[in-house]
This record gives sequence, C-alpha cells and structure tokens, in this order.
Amino acid sequence: MCRLFALTSRDPVSPMLAIKALDVMKEGHDGSGMGLLLQDLGGPFEEMKEAPILSGIFSEEGIRRLDLFMMDLGFLTKYKISLKVPKKPVEGIPRRDLYLIRAYELPEDWDSLSKDDMAVRLSDIRLKIREMGEEKKDMMVFSFWPDTIMIKEIGDPLLLAGYLGLDRKELKARIIMAQGRQNTNYAIDLYACHPFFIKGYSTMTNGENTAFIPIRDFLTSRGIAAYTGYQSDSEVFAHILHYSLVELGLGIDGYKHVITPLQERDLAVHPNAGFLSHLKRTCRSLIIDGPNCVIGTLPDHSLFMVQDRKKLRPGVVGGKPGLYGFSSEICGLDAVIPDRDKSRDIQPMHLDTAIVGPDRQEVTICRQTEALNLPL
Amino acid sequence: MSSNRSLEPSALSLNDLPWQVKFSNDRCTLCGQCTAVCPVKAIELGVFRKRTLKPSIRRQADQGVAQDVFYGIRQKTDVAHACIGCAMCTLVCPNDAIHPEKNPGLDRMKFHINQQGVPRRRGGRRNAAGSILDRIKFTRISMLTDPALDAGRHEFEMRTLLGRVLSPRENMKRLKENGWIPPVREIYPLIIGGMSFGALSPTMWEGLQMGVAYLNEEMGMPVRMCTGEGGCPPRLLRSRFLKYVILQIASGYFGWDEIIHAIPHMKEDPCAIEIKYGQGAKPGDGGLLMWHKVNKLIAAIRGVPAGVSLPSPPTHQTQYSIEESVAKMILSMSMAWGFRVPVYPKISASSTSLAVLNNLTRNDYASGLAIDGEDGGTGAAYTVSMDHMGHPIASCIRDNYLNLIKIGKQNEIPIFAGGGIGKNGNLAANAAALIMLGASGVQIGKYVMQAAAGCVGTEEDRCNVCNVGICPKGITSQDPRLYRRLDPEDVAERVVDLFVSFDTELKKIVAPLGRSTSLPIGMSDALGIDDVAAAQRLSIKYVV
Ligand code: SF4
Ligand code: SF4
Repeated sequence: MCRLFALTSRDPVSPMLAIKALDVMKEGHDGSGMGLLLQDLGGPFEEMKEAPILSGIFSEEGIRRLDLFMMDLGFLTKYKISLKVPKKPVEGIPRRDLYLIRAYELPEDWDSLSKDDMAVRLSDIRLKIREMGEEKKDMMVFSFWPDTIMIKEIGDPLLLAGYLGLDRKELKARIIMAQGRQNTNYAIDLYACHPFFIKGYSTMTNGENTAFIPIRDFLTSRGIAAYTGYQSDSEVFAHILHYSLVELGLGIDGYKHVITPLQERDLAVHPNAGFLSHLKRTCRSLIIDGPNCVIGTLPDHSLFMVQDRKKLRPGVVGGKPGLYGFSSEICGLDAVIPDRDKSRDIQPMHLDTAIVGPDRQEVTICRQTEALNLPL
Repeated sequence: MSSNRSLEPSALSLNDLPWQVKFSNDRCTLCGQCTAVCPVKAIELGVFRKRTLKPSIRRQADQGVAQDVFYGIRQKTDVAHACIGCAMCTLVCPNDAIHPEKNPGLDRMKFHINQQGVPRRRGGRRNAAGSILDRIKFTRISMLTDPALDAGRHEFEMRTLLGRVLSPRENMKRLKENGWIPPVREIYPLIIGGMSFGALSPTMWEGLQMGVAYLNEEMGMPVRMCTGEGGCPPRLLRSRFLKYVILQIASGYFGWDEIIHAIPHMKEDPCAIEIKYGQGAKPGDGGLLMWHKVNKLIAAIRGVPAGVSLPSPPTHQTQYSIEESVAKMILSMSMAWGFRVPVYPKISASSTSLAVLNNLTRNDYASGLAIDGEDGGTGAAYTVSMDHMGHPIASCIRDNYLNLIKIGKQNEIPIFAGGGIGKNGNLAANAAALIMLGASGVQIGKYVMQAAAGCVGTEEDRCNVCNVGICPKGITSQDPRLYRRLDPEDVAERVVDLFVSFDTELKKIVAPLGRSTSLPIGMSDALGIDDVAAAQRLSIKYVV
C-alpha cells in the first residue's frame, strides 16, 4: 500500500522534509513512483501568487509546441525553474528531456474575468495541453494553477529527489503532499501517481477503491470537462471533493458524508438526519468502498485527513503550532516532527475528519455524528 | 384394435410421449395412491394378461400353457392425458414402484398437442436450460486491501433504492427551495415479483405475505413483494403490512376497484405501484387467467363473474401510446396517493425497452423501470410465445444502464431486472451479476415457487399445468382440495430461509470484491465471461 506524507507549515519548507518521511516509511512502497504537490509557495514564487504555474514533463519537441501554444493564447513566461537532470542515467528512472515548472503572466484580456471563469479556462488549457501530448507522449502536464507545483515521476522517492535536485532553495512551500507509490492493481502509469489536483483541490490516497467504475461513470457523466483522466482508482477522490464543495456547496465536513455516509442507525439520530439521508441517496454513486485513507488540501490551504471504516490502520496527524504533519505511518511523522507532543497525536477514526486550517495552530476534528454546516 | 383397422393420426404410442412412466410390477401393491394423485390422470389401473408356455422334456402331461392375469398401472397415450413428469406418483408411492422418465429422443406429441385447433397453452417458463448469467464470473478479487472483508462478520449495507432519485444538484436545489422531492424507498435488492392472487392459490399467497412480514419485522430485511394483477385481499389493503407490498395495475385493471375503494381506509401507503405493460415470458401479450381458476373468491376480488376466462389486453387500451400511457398513468397513480408513493412501469425486455426508458427519464414522476427478460415465468400463455419470443435480460439491462450513464442519469431511474434469475439454482450469483451489469435490484417469481413451495416445474417441460388449476403442489390452483396440500406456515418459513441464505451468498460474493457499504451497482470491472462475443456485447472482460 502506498505511503503518504503531508505537511502544513507556517514557514516555507523544502520538499525534502516530506521525502525524508517517505524514505522512513520505505517498507510500504515499492519505489514505483512518487508524486509531490507544493502549495502556498515560498521563495521566488512568493511574489507571484496570482500567476498560474504549469508543471509537467516535456520533450524538446514538446516544449517547442507548448511555447507556440501558450504564446498564441497570450501567456508570457514570468519565471521558470527547469530541473536539469544528470547526464548519467539512473536505474529505474526513465530518461526525460525536461521537467518544467513555469509561472505565466496572465493575458491582458483575462483581467476582467471572474474567479470561476478563470478556473474553467485554466483547467481547459491544462486539458488541451494534455490532449496535445497524448499522441506522442511529448507533453505531460500535471497542473496549471496559481501557487501550485506538481512533480511526478517513476522511481524511488529518495533517488528521484537527488536526481531531480529537489533540495534547491527556490523550491519551498508551506503545504507539501507526497506519495511513495506502491503499484498494485494497474500498470505503472505516470499520471496515476498521487496526489491528484483539480482547480485548487487535491487529494492523495492509499487503499483500494473498489467502487471506482461506478464513481468514474458518475463523474464523467456530469458534463464537467475537467472530470477526466482516471488512470488511478483514487483519482476520483479529488474530483468528488471538488464536486461536493463546489458543485453542491458543502463544507469540508460534508465531504465525508458523501464518500462514507453514516449507516442507517447513526443516520436516524443525527441532528441533520433529513438532509443527510437526501445526500446519501442522491450521492449514492459516490460512496467509496474500500479501505482508504484520504489526505487532501483545499484552496484556502487547509489540510485534512479522512478514513474509510474499513481502514484498520489509520493514518496519523500530529505536530505543533506552526507545523503539522499528516502521515500514513507514525514513523513518518516521527522522522519529520520528532519534537512534537506525541500524546496529542490523532489517529482519526472512521467518523472523523481531521483538519488543520490555514493558521496552522491546531488540529480540529469534526465527527460525522455532529451537526454540520448545511448549505441550505 | 384389430390389425387391419385404420389408425388415427394422433394415435400415439408410449414412445411418442415426452414423459414415460416406468412401473415395476413386482413392487407394486396396488394401493392406488399414484392414480389418485396424478393431476392429469395419465395413469390408470390396468389389467394385463400373460400367457406362459411350459415346455417339458418329460411326459406330455407336464407340458402346458398357463394364463396369468395380473393388475398394474397403465399409462394413457392420448394427448389430453399425457404424463407431465411431475413425479407426484413417485412421491406418494409407498413402494418406489413408479417414476416418470424423460423421453431421451424427440417426442412426437409436439405435433399433436394442438387438438381442436387450439395451440398448446401452459404455465411455467421458456424451455431452455442455458443461461448467460450462469457463465459470468466475478474476477476482480481484492486481495490487496487491508483487511480482506469477512462475509460472516463484517457489517454490510445491502440496500437498494426504489424511487426517482434526483441528481445531487437538483435535489439540493429543491431542498433549498422547499420543492417537491419524489418519494424513495430503501428496500432489499431481491424482490418477489408480481404473481397475482388469482394465479397463485390463497395458501401460497398467504405464505409469501407471512414470510415477507417476518423478514421485515423480525429479521430487519426490508423485503418487498409485488401483488401481480388481480387486486389484493381487502384485509391486507387496510393493514399495516401494506407497506411491504407493491400493488400492480395491469392492462386488465382487475381488482383496482377494490384498491381504490380502500384508499381512504389505508393505514399505510403501499411500498410502490407497478404498472404492468409487459411480461418477459410473453412479450407484447396480455395476461391470462383461465376459467379453471376463477372461483368465487377470485371473482369477488377481481370484480368479475366466476368461471370465465380473464384475458388482459396486451396494452392499456385506454391509452394511445406508450408515451401517453407512461405519463398519464404514472401521474394519476402518483396523484391517488398524494405523490407519496413511487410509481414505475414494468415492461418486457425487448429491443425497444430503451425507448421506454428514454421516455421515463424525461418524466419527473417516473420512479423506476422493471424489465422482465425472456426467461420469466407465467401462469398461462401460449407455448409459442414462451419458447420463441422475448429478449434476454442481461444485454437488455446492460444497454439500458449504459444509456443512462451516457445521459448522466444512472441510478436516478433505478432499473430492476427479472426473468430467469436463479433458474438453474444460482440465485445469488445471477442477481449479483445483474446488479454489477447495472440493475438496482432483481425480481424473482418462479424461483420463489420452486424454493418456497416446491414447484416441480423445470426447463425440461416438466409439469407446467399452472394454467389449468391442477397444480399438484397446490401453488397455482384455486381448488381447495389441492391448495390444502400447501401449508402457508411452511411456505413462510421457506421464504425466510431463502432470503436469509441469499443474503449470506450475496455477501460471500461482494466481500471478496471489497464491497460492503454500497450495493455494487454497475461494478462491471468485476465481471468476466469466457465468450468473446458476450464479453463485447456486455462490455465486460473476456477471460479464459
Ligand atoms: S409423473 Fe405426474 S403426470 Fe406422470 S403419471 Fe406420475 S403423477 Fe401422473
Ligand atoms: S408445480 Fe404447480 S406451479 Fe409448478 S409448474 Fe406445476 S403447476 Fe405450475
């Protein structure tokens, strides 16, 4: 099963911190891939919070095509980091031309756009680039969004970190999510590396989602262009998060009610029983069925963790004001925040959502049996 | 018969019959039980004479001819009295002296069963044993999940929804605006499908109802049963048990007077209303209750004179088209119960089922769709309809479900599958396969008769005399001498056995697939079949 580590910190930190945790938890992943999400960026990106950042892997030919395409749309490069890799190939890591992290100046005519319209356009552009790259595999793009960097590659996390030089000083963030992949059910696919990202919402998961096909069918039939991809059975979690919060207007306390609704007897005595039974019925196709731990971020830079009731070994949340870690194993947390008060570690159980808000001062738990913020 | 007399064309020999009675003279004690019990009077007491030659090498006087007369059982060979293979004779014989055997060759009776120009009519279902459902395997086993689910100990939520489920956004909008939200019932995914009061005997019906009530109230399983056409006993209409009942209205409208009159006195709403447009066993054909079964009680409940055949027209004659029919009937039925009761149509599987479904998707009041496949059973129909018409259920359900996905309305209109589920005894596997192909639940009829009441009908044209009211088990007869054979308490007990064991088997299927909190509707990645064409047709995996 994959190993997950996420942290949220008042001061920007290097992704190496999270990779260190993955390395400690190494027994649990087979080195078949790593995904990394950096948000609420520090360093040079601090100054350009509004600028969309494109992250992906390109061939020489791909980058030429990308430049033409972006120029046509009126995007100008504002700042970029190109991860140069050593000439000597490293075993287990595929040879690529260019890992790109590039911030763009928005086209002038976008100034008048609302936030929602902008979100749709940004995601359309990402889809378009992805589609363009599909054929020759010369462009692989993971995200195109302000204040967000995503890196994915096949190989062992620690090896990859050295290979890509992830300890460079420009790469710093306040929110980091990292996954060391354990490839189980499917063929190894780059896009299938967690975390998954959609319009400011991101999740990563370990476990197995046996309800994948019906959920995929539900999402793809909603008429929302960005609900696509699904190389992994857990990519749907990010999209369900987006659907629940954006399309249905629920709060993060409602997400858990969508993916793992209360069972009948708990539902009957819930203060919002009426509303929740409607939610359970109408969102029935989104119920996940498998032992899963989901760690995710929201656009306001909250970090959260939820578990399915089948998850026998839940993840853990712990830390100190200013720095909190979310880990699939306690040893990962110990490696990164050893000086925390361990007696305050929380292993959210099947009814809990553990959240650390953007102020990074404490872990709040919302229980599914408590009243929730109704969007009514 | 003298050797030079002409033979009629329909003079059949034992060898021409589909079932032959094997009788053993040395064990028979001539008790007469078999002849008394035989529903079609296929056997009678026979007198046989035997001449035995006694040769001797000795004196002439020692030689001779003996004439023996002995009694035994003789099988009739005329069409009207041909053995139906029900084996009731075997069941009652104290000496194991008699049993029917299937003619291994092709019987010739087929050519003569249209006596007086009436083609054969019978009960039962299609005489074909094969089933694509039996060939589907569950191939996606979750061995990597932690922990593997334990079917015996884990908690499962095996419930399905009957009723129109709005899309999450629309539902949210109506909640906000205090708008009307269609009624939805949470029920068990295995439903007892429509078998009417007139077609079933009172004891069978009572047994089923008792079993259903017990399952609900003692076992906590929300099992529902459909009445079939013909109405519902008045006492049940006015009882609290009505909530476990789906009332059916078919094109003959039999029994609806009674139901409408009972509305003001109903303590509970019925679970749902099923409008029957078609039946899988005889698609495009109406219902038929033959006069043999229309006794005083049935006549009273149906609101018709006793002793007349009751054919229902193939369509609802008051309506011009299916579109109109669906819209108007669903609306007026919904209205009758103040829009608190789900109303849905039942149609026979056919290549035009999709059209009906498309129609329903545009109707806010449509609560679901029941589709009955070609292997469904019936109380009475022409054998040609049963054997040669209809559409298999698997591909019909799949087409409809995939179409719903295409328009983003999957599970908003639940589809219920019927027709031959468990016809070879594999009830849970067949049901699970259909659910994974996209059905929200399944309906069974014949299986309940076989499992709960010992119906002896098989796919080998065994018995199948349901239509003429001589059901040897008393399941489909209105003759008290016959239906007294069936103890409703025993039926109820078997119904409970059947559902509880089905539940265990269903869990034994879904647990290894890693499912426990939601019914695996549309989980087609779990399915595989060893036939390329079938795999392609059903969009599931091909495995060998
Ligand atoms: S098998 Fe049935 S129909 Fe045939 S002789 Fe025996 S009782 Fe009669
Ligand atoms: S046993 Fe009764 S119900 Fe079954 S096939 Fe024979 S007549 Fe029909």
